[in-house]
Amino acid sequence: MSVNYNVLGLIFASMHDSYVSELTKQRTMGSIPFGGRYRLIDFPLSNMVNSGVYEVGVITKSNYGSLLDHLGSGRDWDLSRKKGGLHLLPPYSQTGGIYKGRLDALNNVWSFVEHSKAKYVILANCDVVTTIDFTPVLKQHTDTGADITLIYSKGIYDSEKNSCATILDFNSENCLSDVLVDPQISGECNMWLDMLIISKEFLKKIVSEAASRNQYSFTREILQGKMNEYKIMGYEHKDFFTRIDSVQNYYIANKMLLDTQKRNALFKKNIPVYTKIGDNGPVKYGLESNIKNSLIADGCIIEGTVENSILFRGVKVGKGTVIKNSVILQSTKIGDNCSISSIITDKCVEISDDKVLTGSETYPLYIGKNGRI
Amino acid sequence: MYTKKKCVAMLLAGGQGSRLYALTKNVAKPAVPYGGKYRLIDFPLSNCTNSGIDTVGVLTQYQPLVLNEYIGNGQPWDLDKMNGGVHVLPPYETQAGASWYEGTANAIYQNMRFIERYNPEYVVVLGGDHIYKMDYSKMVDFHIANNADCTISVIDVPRAEASRFGIMICDENNKVTDFVEKPKEPKSTLASMGIYVFSWDKLRKYLIENENDANAKRERGEKWSKDFGKDIITSMLRDKQRLFAYEFEGYWKDVGTLDSLWEANMDLLSPSVPLDLYDPSWKIYSRNNYMPPQYVGDNANIENSMIDEGSSIDGIVDFSIVFSGVTVEKDATVKYSIVMPGAVIKSGAVVEYAIVGSDSVIESGAHIGLDPEQVANRDDWGIAVVGHNVTVSENKTVAPKDIIGENI
Repeated sequence: MSVNYNVLGLIFASMHDSYVSELTKQRTMGSIPFGGRYRLIDFPLSNMVNSGVYEVGVITKSNYGSLLDHLGSGRDWDLSRKKGGLHLLPPYSQTGGIYKGRLDALNNVWSFVEHSKAKYVILANCDVVTTIDFTPVLKQHTDTGADITLIYSKGIYDSEKNSCATILDFNSENCLSDVLVDPQISGECNMWLDMLIISKEFLKKIVSEAASRNQYSFTREILQGKMNEYKIMGYEHKDFFTRIDSVQNYYIANKMLLDTQKRNALFKKNIPVYTKIGDNGPVKYGLESNIKNSLIADGCIIEGTVENSILFRGVKVGKGTVIKNSVILQSTKIGDNCSISSIITDKCVEISDDKVLTGSETYPLYIGKNGRI
Repeated sequence: MYTKKKCVAMLLAGGQGSRLYALTKNVAKPAVPYGGKYRLIDFPLSNCTNSGIDTVGVLTQYQPLVLNEYIGNGQPWDLDKMNGGVHVLPPYETQAGASWYEGTANAIYQNMRFIERYNPEYVVVLGGDHIYKMDYSKMVDFHIANNADCTISVIDVPRAEASRFGIMICDENNKVTDFVEKPKEPKSTLASMGIYVFSWDKLRKYLIENENDANAKRERGEKWSKDFGKDIITSMLRDKQRLFAYEFEGYWKDVGTLDSLWEANMDLLSPSVPLDLYDPSWKIYSRNNYMPPQYVGDNANIENSMIDEGSSIDGIVDFSIVFSGVTVEKDATVKYSIVMPGAVIKSGAVVEYAIVGSDSVIESGAHIGLDPEQVANRDDWGIAVVGHNVTVSENKTVAPKDIIGENI
């Protein structure tokens, strides 16, 4: 894909952080590790770069040390550029304090958006994991003359298990006809992927109007409030996606990657998902290792048994240890003869020899960063 | 403007590596894959960066496409520098005409202008086909402490193997008194590793002298050569220059042949071999190809192996090195073998004691290589090799020692 200077990408790195508060204690939604070697922001960033969008602003809120460390100059996403490139936009509110909602955040970074030569803007969050080409979305947006094109997918929504979901309905002309936030329903719905395309001109209009009325919620003021006034249309993304809206769903989303079909839908041949390079050695399997149905990232050294699990970079598993149904984040060290099932260990956890740790599939045990057991 | 550098490294990467046959058909030897995710040149380049040498000239000649693309701007090795960094130096044409590199010394001679831009005190000369982790800065310190003109890195080898190497004979202070290339009856077991530190003014003098002498001999129709070991070192010894041997302790392997390439890979699986690729203080860097983590399926059985990103394993992998993006299907077997990036081992295929090149396909029922125990006459046994981009059709056999460069 060549470069499309007509489009600017804006990524909200901290949207919905509070739903996974254990994981965002020391980081943003965007810097949550995912899928063995990635951070959540890698997916929207790679989607943009793979769609030719090489000018990207990342809107931060708080706790963004790990995010800055991950992104660096943007070189690993090919975003260390003279024209465009990666721009980190620190939090700052015109009204004092940290911004309250998407419109407020956009108002704060408007001088950056204004400076861009792009005609269109793509907005995305980090809590939706999917691989999408924005080129056909942009084409539909310009062909239909929509003011806003919302990207959604059909998915199963369960009010018991999901949170911060926006459910959309469209009329026969594919124009937005209803917007529900966390409704008390269950079943197949059109779930907004928190991604949209809008022209810069139109975005400027709604952001400045919202600022003058002291409004900050995009969903409430624009989608729900202006549904009949603006031409808001839908684009259905018919491919694998998952939303990280609770620690349990984080666990499930990681384990979904053990399904070959879903994994191949996220990691397509010749559409790379970029991430910060760790320069680890290949995975080393010992003489007594026994691995079944697992995703293993580089730099792991495995002497024991691993089943139905995700091992991030640089995890060490000792002899005689059995790990089942677990998500083990980077640089976790597990000693010999441990028995571990249904747990999530955050980064750099150390578990000494002979420990038994058991969570349940429906409520995995979470061990915080640098934990010692 | 060029800042003065204490040290400039010159990496000789032009060799054809003809004894690697099918593996170097379209690829220069330093770009040959090694160790699951590396290419041979990652070792000297990473050693340079880890030793604080940030200016490296890479001399290329044979099949440079893959190597040039791989080195790129040097960023994976931290060698994309405003001052210095890595520079690929191919042969070029001048007003006097065009000339290929006519030996290792001539390659450096033709690039003396590159070195002089940085006005270095010392020049480190390296090869691109050895596996080792070495702090060159310690060798430079040793060179300075001895007030040496040239320091040659040596390794103690078993006496039985000494006649395969260039052997240094030293006095009790490590001062080199004689040098013999591949002696029939070695007087010492200190083998040259092909790593030299020169004081630049001395190297410059001897490069020019060798060039003029060799050209004069050529005009007279006599035998001539322009090599480091044969010519530069020999001339310096003749002139009683200060040459010292720097003894290296650690893992070092020359991967000039298919057997040694296979062995050097297998060494990574041996707990007694001191080559740690997981040491955060001396990482070996390589260019990454952004693949997802490897997936190990329900039917997999992996033992004592190294496997890289993007691979999908559902068969047996035993004592093997498997590179990125490799597929080993259910009921396929890989034993004591090296499988290079992107290769596919189909269900029912067996690969043992073999090297399978990049992007090759071993179809169902094919059998590559053989366990030495199953070969009646030990002399008939050797590593079986399938080159890059080769398809081995269903039920075909590649016997031990066979080297396949085309589809069969």
